Amino acid sequence: MAKITYRDALNQAMCQEMERDERVFLMGEEVAEYNGAYKVSQGMLDKFGPRRVIDTPITELGFAGLGVGAAMAGLRPVIEFMTWNFAILAADQIVNAAAKMKYMTGGQYDCPMVFRGAGGAAARVSSQHSQAFENWYANIPGLKVVMPSNPADAKGLLAASIRDNDTVIFIENEMNYGDIGEVPEGEYIIPLGKADIKRVGSDVTLIAHSRMTGYALLAAEELAKQGIDAEVVDPRTIRPLDEATILTSVAKTNRAVVIEEGWRFAGIGAEISARIMEKAFDDLDAPVARVTGKDVPMPYAANLENYALPSVAEIVEAARVVCNRA
Amino acid sequence: MTTKNQEENQAGITQEGRFYSAERLHAMHDMMLYIRRFEEKAGQMYGLKKIGGFCHLCNGQEAVCVGMEEASEPTDYMMTSYRDHGHIIARGSDPTAIMAELLGRAGGIVGGKGGSMHMFDKEKNFAGGNGIVGEQVPIGTGFAFASKYNDDKRVSITIMGDGGVNQGAVYESFNMAALWKLPVVFVIENNQYAMGTSLSRASAETHLYKRGISFKVPGIQVDGMDVLEVERKMAEAIEHARSGKGPMIVEMMTYRYRGHSMSDPATYRTRDEVDEWRSGRDPIVRLQKQMIEAGLSTEADFKQKDKDIKKEVVAVAKAAEAQPEPDLSALWDDIITDEIPNAYPYPRQVG
Ligand SMILES: Cc1ncc(C[n+]2csc(CCOP(=O)(O)OP(=O)(O)O)c2C)c(N)n1
Ligand SMILES: [Mg+2]
Repeated sequence: MAKITYRDALNQAMCQEMERDERVFLMGEEVAEYNGAYKVSQGMLDKFGPRRVIDTPITELGFAGLGVGAAMAGLRPVIEFMTWNFAILAADQIVNAAAKMKYMTGGQYDCPMVFRGAGGAAARVSSQHSQAFENWYANIPGLKVVMPSNPADAKGLLAASIRDNDTVIFIENEMNYGDIGEVPEGEYIIPLGKADIKRVGSDVTLIAHSRMTGYALLAAEELAKQGIDAEVVDPRTIRPLDEATILTSVAKTNRAVVIEEGWRFAGIGAEISARIMEKAFDDLDAPVARVTGKDVPMPYAANLENYALPSVAEIVEAARVVCNRA
Repeated sequence: MTTKNQEENQAGITQEGRFYSAERLHAMHDMMLYIRRFEEKAGQMYGLKKIGGFCHLCNGQEAVCVGMEEASEPTDYMMTSYRDHGHIIARGSDPTAIMAELLGRAGGIVGGKGGSMHMFDKEKNFAGGNGIVGEQVPIGTGFAFASKYNDDKRVSITIMGDGGVNQGAVYESFNMAALWKLPVVFVIENNQYAMGTSLSRASAETHLYKRGISFKVPGIQVDGMDVLEVERKMAEAIEHARSGKGPMIVEMMTYRYRGHSMSDPATYRTRDEVDEWRSGRDPIVRLQKQMIEAGLSTEADFKQKDKDIKKEVVAVAKAAEAQPEPDLSALWDDIITDEIPNAYPYPRQVG
């Protein structure tokens, strides 16, 4: 296994799939000649040429819809949004077209495609460039939502998403692009809908996705020092959710904290805690706790930004509360 | 100009140098009349509350549906808005399946999942049937992208209304299509109204064929009440796109006789205005006159034809109505292709 960055792992997945399947192409703003706004598509234009790696005008709604049409016509588009903040302009094509097409056409047309790009909070870019949207898309039948938390998952999940025959919302995290980790070489696929236990523990289950998985692991280390043995579960696929892995963990620990970077109200944590309540009520020794982003638009000032986001300390505190150790 | 003509000893009509055989003219006429009678039947069924929801008829616009279809290849892609019955009938899809869809029946063309606004027929390369105004325009551009990617010379015929043309997605599409020389013909069905809003109340530039100027997309205006002109100009536009020259805009001047949808009494238009189009420019009457003048048919023949078509449509409605509603299990079909059985929301389950 080689140690590579999260960004290079994504690049490997796309190259691997484009070599394997002639119908796969990458389209988005600055993906070709500029090598990607975050350099995820570095070198891909040279490798595959302008037919398959395509720079677009700044026209999110337009190229998202073009992708939908191309997918309906039999291609396998990978549509990059520079960030998911800008994908809001394309929401109609994602929600009203891609997600509905199979159903609305009585199964005649599919939209096998990936919409991907950076989501979540970036650093010091204020309200419009720092937000989590996974709950928006996770609410919609017809979509799958995938969020890798480390380089190996980035590669395996993106490759699986490109092979998947449905529309996949693939949300990367800008703050993770430079993370380095062991990534299998060659073809590597992680099936969608499978959670991963990132740390085994017995006292409390920390459920966290994307960048928050790293925070949960740091919190687990801190908790270990305090004598609390935390298990960290990373759903990896948000929709559909491998709740069995979560419920099995909760059956063992009897306590759970759900962590997400996004806002609390109607967030992913709300859904996961509701499922734990519905399915594992008798396993619980304490109410499920949630650690989320504060209910504010993201501010610019460093101290305010830090305060707006979930912190390792907050996760530690929440775990102590559910373990009656606060 | 229409003249009586014998080309290669064949009966027919030559208009602006283009020859149409008697056989082809009859086919075009019959198809327009079929669409007219089908829409009337749909209106009737709606009145009887057998069709629900939104239902948009295209009476008056039949020449656009039929002329375009005549000019295109079956392998060309076509997509439009919710005013889609006429287009999909002209494409050659099964009218019983279309009527069954209107009635929400199991044998509907999309299995009863779409209704009036969402007619699709993949086998006929008919891709909707879109209820979001303008949404089909980037999608149609994507079909054209696929043609270019595969180099298979198929043209995407992407239709929108005079209201739809004001959506931003349309201009994003014009730009990409021109930039990448995609084989797409953008057809604007200018029926003068978007719901109750007349063209001049919504558009600063009312010559819609000029809307591509900023993107170097050439445009032409066509009398959409003349099926032969529609066919001829569409053939040129399609050839332009197919030959690799990029997109083209075709503005079809047309008129819908009925309200926007079944709930619209259309009080925003004067009787005189409607009459002027209806009795003065009707596309079916116009072709009938041309054919009678050219000695290709008679008034009596057309009367008989009309009777036959009405009968056919009645039979279609009957057959569609006799179909069962979709099985309740169909609720869960066709949402996801690669279902993941052990993940929540679980396929085909409430909770
Ligand atoms: C995005 C969006 N906005 C509004 C509507 C409601 N709506 C449905 S049809 C219509 C008028 C469209 O008129 P036009 O494009 O001229 O097409 P026509 O109905 O004349 O065929 C409107 C406003 C919609 N379906 N989608
Ligand atoms: Mg209109």
